[in-house]
Amino acid sequence: MAVTVVAGGNGAENEPAQSKLVVNLMHFARALRVAGLPIGPGKVLDGVNAIRAVGVGNRTDFYWALHAVFVNRHDQHEVFDQAFHIFWRDPKILERLMGMSMPDLEPGMAPPEEPPMRRVQDAFRPEADEEREGEGEGGDKDEEEEEPEYDAVMTASSRELLNAMDFDEMTAEEVARAKAAIAKLRLPIPEVKQRRYRPALRRARIDMRATLRSALRSGAATIPLKWRRHSHRPPPLVILCDISGSMSRYSRMLLHFLHAVSNDRSRVHVFLFGTRLTNITRHLRERDIDMAMAKCAEAAEDWSGGTRIGATLHEFNAFWGRRVLGQGAVVLLISDGLDRDAGRGLQIEMERLHKSCRRLIWLNPLLRFEGFQPKSQGIQAILPYVDEFRPVHNLESLEQLIAALMRPAGRRLEGASEWLKQM
Amino acid sequence: MVKPVPQTVEATLELLAKGNYVADRSLATALLLALKMGRPLFLEGEAGTGKTEIGKVLSETLGRKLIRLQCYEGLDVSSAVYEWNYSSQMIEIRIAEASGKHNRDELEQGVFSERFLIKRPILQALEPDINGPPVLLIDELDRTDEPFEAFLLEILSDFQVTIPEIGTIKAKEPPIVVITSNRTREIHDAIKRRCFYFWVDYPDAKRELEILKVRAPEAAEGLAKQVVAFVQKLRGEDLFKLPGVAETIDWTNALIQLDKLDLDPQTINSTLGILLKYQDDIEKIQGSEAARLLQQVKTELAAGG
Repeated sequence: MAVTVVAGGNGAENEPAQSKLVVNLMHFARALRVAGLPIGPGKVLDGVNAIRAVGVGNRTDFYWALHAVFVNRHDQHEVFDQAFHIFWRDPKILERLMGMSMPDLEPGMAPPEEPPMRRVQDAFRPEADEEREGEGEGGDKDEEEEEPEYDAVMTASSRELLNAMDFDEMTAEEVARAKAAIAKLRLPIPEVKQRRYRPALRRARIDMRATLRSALRSGAATIPLKWRRHSHRPPPLVILCDISGSMSRYSRMLLHFLHAVSNDRSRVHVFLFGTRLTNITRHLRERDIDMAMAKCAEAAEDWSGGTRIGATLHEFNAFWGRRVLGQGAVVLLISDGLDRDAGRGLQIEMERLHKSCRRLIWLNPLLRFEGFQPKSQGIQAILPYVDEFRPVHNLESLEQLIAALMRPAGRRLEGASEWLKQM
Repeated sequence: MVKPVPQTVEATLELLAKGNYVADRSLATALLLALKMGRPLFLEGEAGTGKTEIGKVLSETLGRKLIRLQCYEGLDVSSAVYEWNYSSQMIEIRIAEASGKHNRDELEQGVFSERFLIKRPILQALEPDINGPPVLLIDELDRTDEPFEAFLLEILSDFQVTIPEIGTIKAKEPPIVVITSNRTREIHDAIKRRCFYFWVDYPDAKRELEILKVRAPEAAEGLAKQVVAFVQKLRGEDLFKLPGVAETIDWTNALIQLDKLDLDPQTINSTLGILLKYQDDIEKIQGSEAARLLQQVKTELAAGG
């Protein structure tokens, strides 16, 4: 309603400026989309209407009007904020567009001092630039001059995390690839039959309620039977991921994987362990991967340190086992099995863990050498209790990790039997 | 006659004491809030800490009907809220056909009326009761799945149930709702936000002794003290599952049956299965460890009293 009021007041004199604003808004929306915000064409229209409703006189209003339209989850705020300040950096854009004088930047609206996220930078990189020029067919030279400048410089992060673990932020391409890879992930875990029912077409159990309702609807002499059958869903997944020194070269990729899995399905719990156990489930719920990784990096204090698998598993069994393994969970243990405590106490904890879960999958990413033999005491303690053993000789990418996990399931312990023979 | 709910913390404590429930003041406060403000009480804690008991005691002392909904995986509307009585409906349709009634609307209204509704616990709890709103005990909510939790949201915030064929059924007076969870998984915040949350912890030695006096009055004073001190020591050990209050009471009753007035290592070893429920834990404590703990308990009690 507000739109019509304001739009009604806009005469023909504002027409060219308006259309330029629309074009710029479109570019801005596209930049946000590249940066990972789910924005469709409808939102651009909404944005235009919102701007019309509040007017373009005030940068704060302008900011929050677009914010209200383009951001619909709290964690998208950061990306929007940075993109906004880069894109609309040149105050003259607005000035020239609307022929109005820009008010001074309000103190609260100052651009953030931290370097923008890699993805935001990506969105303003030359490629993105060209795409915009190519698609903006009607754009004349004047307009291009008016377009904002792009900061495509790779700013090295000056941030020093407490624990000296600083991950490169993900590039837009990496995010896209991770999403594509995780979409393919099918763990070798059969879905579990639930006690709930869903409608079925074929003969199964009679769904009396649906039958009666349809009988009344049709009113025919015969009553056609409706069927229902049990529904299936994947069991909960608990991931225990080793972040000790020997695994440190994979930490970044593993975190990508953990983040992707956590956001791909419900009922995922993730723990990191080195010398202590850290529950990062909540941090990974953060939809934005960079924020999630920063939070994880901060949460765990034992990056690239030693490994005390027995002690940390004991902690898991004692404090978390009953809380997260309750509903028939599958445990995915990602570790090289190299244990500083030389496997002390590990066997008992592995046995307890194995008994508490539906299926225990061990992914060992450090089996790079063909002549590997399970000599390490840690490995010897773990092997007898895993249901699926997934050695990976070369783990450089998320795709490889997922491919390793997706190999069809053998019979129980099949994967490990070959190694067990060597022990 | 409807018994009024307590209005002060003291009155709440008294009410619970009348039902042989020894409670901390913190629990009484949470309960009072729930009763006064008509919101559910969400009790979370380890198994055997007396969560379910609160619902039972409330219904007993307030003279309300207790409606218990035991949760399990796959619990659905037809076993928690309502179900249509299909066989009666079929007969109704047959009769209508035989007597030549063919007005479909009338038939539909007749078949899907309250007469053919089988009421399950939640719907029962919304019905008015001569003794006042009933106590609805939703036990071990963590055993269900998320869809059922989501379904509960409507009931817990508005105390109403929507049945598509009939419409919305709303409670005139909201029932007293007590939800318990063993925390085998996290309950969604949306549920917790609608409730008063309380974490039921293991009691301290003094409180546990009080509980024993109420729940196992036949136990000799000395035995009760030893039992409590021993269990408290056990809770300090590194065990997979610590013994709860329920286990303490069971153990004391068992010792009474064995005519024990005093703990000795042999008795402990032979009855340890009542306290500890995991073989690993029993193995750890049985024998020398139990003897050591008992020795400690006895010296401490001798020094203290």
